[in-house]
Amino acid sequence: MRVTKRTVVRSLIGAAIAGAFAGGAWAQQGPVKIGLLATLEGPFAAGGADGMRGAELALKQRGGSAGGRKVEIIKASSDAKPDVAVNATRKLVEQDKVDIMVGPLSGSEGIAVKDYAKTQPNTTFINGSSGAQATTLVDPAPNFYRFNTEGAQWMMGLGKAAMDKGYKRVMVIAEDYSFPYSQVQGFMTEFCRLGGKVPTKAWVPLGGKDYSSVIAKIPKDVDALLVVLGGADAVNFLTQYESAGGDKPMLGGSITVSQDVLNYKGKRRDSLVGTLSAGPVADAYDGADWKTFVADYQKNYPVSAGGFPSPSLFAYVYYQNMKAALDGLEAVKGDLSDGQKKYRDALGKMTLKTPTGDVKLDSNRQAIGSTFVTEVVKDDKGNLFNKVVRKVDDVDQLLGMKKEDFKIGSRDVPDCP
Amino acid sequence: MSAAQWRKAMNSGTSIRAGVPASAAARPAQPALVDPYAHSDAPQWLKFLWRRLSARHVFVAAFVLLFPFFATPFVTFQIGAQSLALGLIALSLTFLGGYGGMVSLAQMTVAGIAGYVMAILGTSGTALSLGWPWWVVLPFAFAIAVASAVLIGWLSARTEGIYTIMITLAMGVAFYYLALQNYDIFNGFQGFQRVAPPTVFGVNWRAPLPFYFLVLFWALAGYFLVKHVIRTPFGIALQGIRDNPRRMNALGYSVVTHRVAAHALAGVIAATGGVLMVWYNGLITPGSVSTSWLINILVIAVLGGMKHPIGPFLGAIAFVLLQTFAIDLIDRERFNLLIGGVFLAIVLCSPDGLLGLWSRAKARLGSGQASSPMRSTHPDTNRRRQP
Repeated sequence: MRVTKRTVVRSLIGAAIAGAFAGGAWAQQGPVKIGLLATLEGPFAAGGADGMRGAELALKQRGGSAGGRKVEIIKASSDAKPDVAVNATRKLVEQDKVDIMVGPLSGSEGIAVKDYAKTQPNTTFINGSSGAQATTLVDPAPNFYRFNTEGAQWMMGLGKAAMDKGYKRVMVIAEDYSFPYSQVQGFMTEFCRLGGKVPTKAWVPLGGKDYSSVIAKIPKDVDALLVVLGGADAVNFLTQYESAGGDKPMLGGSITVSQDVLNYKGKRRDSLVGTLSAGPVADAYDGADWKTFVADYQKNYPVSAGGFPSPSLFAYVYYQNMKAALDGLEAVKGDLSDGQKKYRDALGKMTLKTPTGDVKLDSNRQAIGSTFVTEVVKDDKGNLFNKVVRKVDDVDQLLGMKKEDFKIGSRDVPDCP
Repeated sequence: MSAAQWRKAMNSGTSIRAGVPASAAARPAQPALVDPYAHSDAPQWLKFLWRRLSARHVFVAAFVLLFPFFATPFVTFQIGAQSLALGLIALSLTFLGGYGGMVSLAQMTVAGIAGYVMAILGTSGTALSLGWPWWVVLPFAFAIAVASAVLIGWLSARTEGIYTIMITLAMGVAFYYLALQNYDIFNGFQGFQRVAPPTVFGVNWRAPLPFYFLVLFWALAGYFLVKHVIRTPFGIALQGIRDNPRRMNALGYSVVTHRVAAHALAGVIAATGGVLMVWYNGLITPGSVSTSWLINILVIAVLGGMKHPIGPFLGAIAFVLLQTFAIDLIDRERFNLLIGGVFLAIVLCSPDGLLGLWSRAKARLGSGQASSPMRSTHPDTNRRRQP
């Protein structure tokens, strides 16, 4: 075969491509690389962006380094689908060679990433804000840590608050996947124990646009609705429920009345006032550490630069997990040698100081922490915010039950019609 | 190719070059300059290879076979294997669209059905799975997927153009909502986790290298299958139906039968891709068959170019590279803009996608000299088909 100009050009292009592919293999000493995964597309895009702000804030507070080493954050995005989340995580871990992985945002993603974590024993995975119970309860990965309490823990205290308000019969309207199952379980465990009844549960698809059939099904004799919908779904439901003339008081899931929903600019936002909900954050909590955190957030991410008036749940939970990652680095002076053994020991034993109180890990590397019961009120500037009704401390993952009695929440568990 | 061109081609007696630049059909007409095997008794396959092979083929073959040994497992698995598996699904659309004139948006649905059957009948982390062994499940996966493809083809075969797109999109979306809202079979939003390829011959087929070669094998099989089929009487008739269904009908060809058969064949290819994708992801959820994926497959096919079966693979590589690395090039919230921008640029600059760019580059680089002494490429054969 004659060597022609074309052959040469092709070989050069080929070599360049091959070089580009092989180039990713260089590992280097120096900064600690932390991979950060959140959803910047899909139904939780606003929450994911705020989650990233929270995680970055934790690093900014330390001036960009921890344990004497510079920390570099490499970001990735998913769209709340588990396959996309694993692809993005794999890219961070295997291509960008991150030492520590923080993420993902939603429940199903968390389970998928935890399964992936088992195949990467040399990387430490720390949760982002995913709140599925199964992530740490069923077949946990030894290198997956979660410093935030999960969906069921977040709802502890709401059952009692609902009873105190005189709601005895409550209908559940929730999205049909693991995170709302947990949320409903957290609420019902306490609510049913205190004698409350849940006659109907309506499970709606995630990202649903039309709630008219659900709204038509709401029985006349319930006292309140427990609405566990996230982001855009919650806004859709509220709009449709209002225009259908609905007037039942509402109880909200932890992400139903998060800041991104309170910021909704529609006409119906006032219907949210009076809504009880529970979650790991409360805008109006008056702890000193919390106030410092909020002030820091507002200074770094003013509303004019796209930030929220006060940090959302996602921002806070990502902050908390990123802070744990950095505190761990500080504790071992940036020593990640020996398969990160020392680092993991430090994480496991850590008592994490968070703006809402101390967090410890249980034997499955799952957080034991505090929950706030809150009520939506309007301030004099017209902003909606969550006022603290009660703070519940030391909520564990089994919700105070014995291990053998505990069953993970599902469509039918728990049940008290 | 328009009806007029078709007529001209038929009248002048030259073989049909529809859709295949420098198609194999055109080659025997070229004078073989130095064919050392012309008069020897060398085996047939050697003669065949000598006449068909060019530097391009050798280079691509060497690259796809050797690169996993130099690249990181990440590149092998996530870029290489994922591109080939997605390319396989897009190939089924290229076959339908490029050669049959039927743009079906439901190819990801067919692939997803195969994936769901693997998860439901086979083993997964969910209690709903029946746990049958893989060699029993695979035939079921293919049978059910192809049956669905036939159904989709049969329902859409009597429609043309935009109506085909609409009806296949409707069926794809219907399946998405079925999978999303059915809990007894499809397990709703959560779908099935931990669906792994079986360990056969002591090889863990989920490991990057074996999985890559598994996908590569089936991608090549699909590629050569399409290359072969388009030169068979069935393939020629299908291209005839694409260009002028009424004339083919008048000649005695059953348009509907050919179209449904094309859907069935595309279904086999899509099902292969679907099984590989579910093994690649290790899970299947309704998200895997959502509208965005139905459209992504079309994007991949169009991006690569619909005129040659290599197009969807090129498109898939570009697509996967962008999906994976766009976020490194541009800051967080904006990276989808880059993806969209690149797609737009490619499609605007070259209506034939990456293949069109390639043939133009070839025409420019290669003008004035032959690529290989065995044959010269006529720039004419690279001319874009009229829209």
